[in-house]
Amino acid sequence: MCTVCGCGTAEPLESHDHHHPHHHGHHRHEHADQPIDFGSGPAGLQIAGLSPRRVISIERDILSKNQAFADANRLRLQRAGVFALNLVSSPGSGKTALLVRAITDLKQHYPIAVVEGDQQTSHDADRIRATGVPAVQINTGKGCHLDAHMVGHALDRLPLEAGGLLFIENVGNLVCPAGFDLGEAHKIVVLSVTEGEDKPLKYPDMFAAADVMLLNKSDLLPHLEFDVDSCIAAALRVNPHIRILAVSARTGQGLESFYAWIAAQAARSTASA
Amino acid sequence: MHEVSLIESVVALVEEERRKQYFERVRVIRLRLGALGHAEPEALRFCFDAVTNGTVAAGARLEIEMVPGEGWCESCCRTVPLEERFATCPVCGADVRMTAGDELRVAEMEVE
Repeated sequence: MCTVCGCGTAEPLESHDHHHPHHHGHHRHEHADQPIDFGSGPAGLQIAGLSPRRVISIERDILSKNQAFADANRLRLQRAGVFALNLVSSPGSGKTALLVRAITDLKQHYPIAVVEGDQQTSHDADRIRATGVPAVQINTGKGCHLDAHMVGHALDRLPLEAGGLLFIENVGNLVCPAGFDLGEAHKIVVLSVTEGEDKPLKYPDMFAAADVMLLNKSDLLPHLEFDVDSCIAAALRVNPHIRILAVSARTGQGLESFYAWIAAQAARSTASA
Repeated sequence: MHEVSLIESVVALVEEERRKQYFERVRVIRLRLGALGHAEPEALRFCFDAVTNGTVAAGARLEIEMVPGEGWCESCCRTVPLEERFATCPVCGADVRMTAGDELRVAEMEVE
C-alpha cells in the first residue's frame, strides 16, 4: 500500500499464460512478473449542493503531489541503503541493452533490482529478468513518463537490499520524464551517436536535469558523421556540471568509467545516509 | 503528452481543496506557467476539457498567466531577462542562474 496516498495498488495485469484455478473476486494477487497497469483509470466524483461564488487561493505546484511521492520513495531507498538511478532517453538509444550489459557486469558486486517503464508490453522486463535479477514492468498506458506514485508501487514488489542498486528505466521520451522526480539519486541521460549531436540543445530540460550523459553506441562512430566534440559542447552548454562518458553497450567500451562512477556515488550516498 | 497528466494533477489539487471546503462547481482555474518551463500552454488548453470531463472541474474555464524568464547575473549583481533557459547575461555575457520562468502552479480558482 502507498504510504503517501493510502491507495491499495494499481491493477496488476493477469498474464494470459498464467491460469489460476480459483476466482479472485475483488481480490488480486500481486506478482512481481506481471506489469502494473496505470493506463486505465476512473473519473472523479461529484456531489450535489449549493455554495456562493468565491475565489480560493491555491498557490501550489502542479507537481506537488508527485514530489510528495518522490520524497517518500527517496527516504525509503535511503533507509534501505539502495542507490537508485533513473535512466532517461529517446526511444531506441539502447537503454535496455546498456542495462543488460551493466547488470551482467555488476551483479556479482551488488544486489540489483530494476523498474521498467513502457507504454505497453513487458518485453524489456523480460530481457532484464533473463539476466537473473528481479524486474517489475510498469505499463503507463497513455502516459508518456513514469511518475513517483507508479515507482512507489513497483518498489513494493522488489527486494530492496542494503548496498544494492536500483535501475529505473524510464519511458523512452526526451521531454516529459525530465519534470518528474521519481526519488532517484541521479538521472542518467542516454544519447546514442545515431541521433543528432544537437539533441541537448533541442531537449534542454532533460540534459539539464541529468547528472551523467552516456554517449552510447560509440563503437559505431567510425561509420558515422557524428561530431562528438560539438555534442559535448551542446550538453555542457545546457548543463555545465554534466559528466559525459562515451560508451558502447555492445562492445563494453567505456563502461568501466560508468561502473567506477556508480561505485563512488553509491559509497557516498551510503555514507551520507 | 505529459500535459494530460499535468491537468490530471490539477484536478487532484481541486479535489483535495474540495475535501477542505465545499463548493458545487469550479468556474475558473488559474494556472501560473513559466515561459521557460516544460509545459506548453496550448497543449494544456487542448486537453483541458477532455481531462476534466466527468470530474469536479468539469465545465471550468482554464486561464493561464505566463511568467517571463528571469535570471540573476552574479557579475552584474542584478536580475536580467532570460529568453531561454541557458542563455547568458544579455548585458555582460556571464552565466546566469534562472530565478523565474520555471513555474508550474495552480494559482487560484473561482468556485460556487
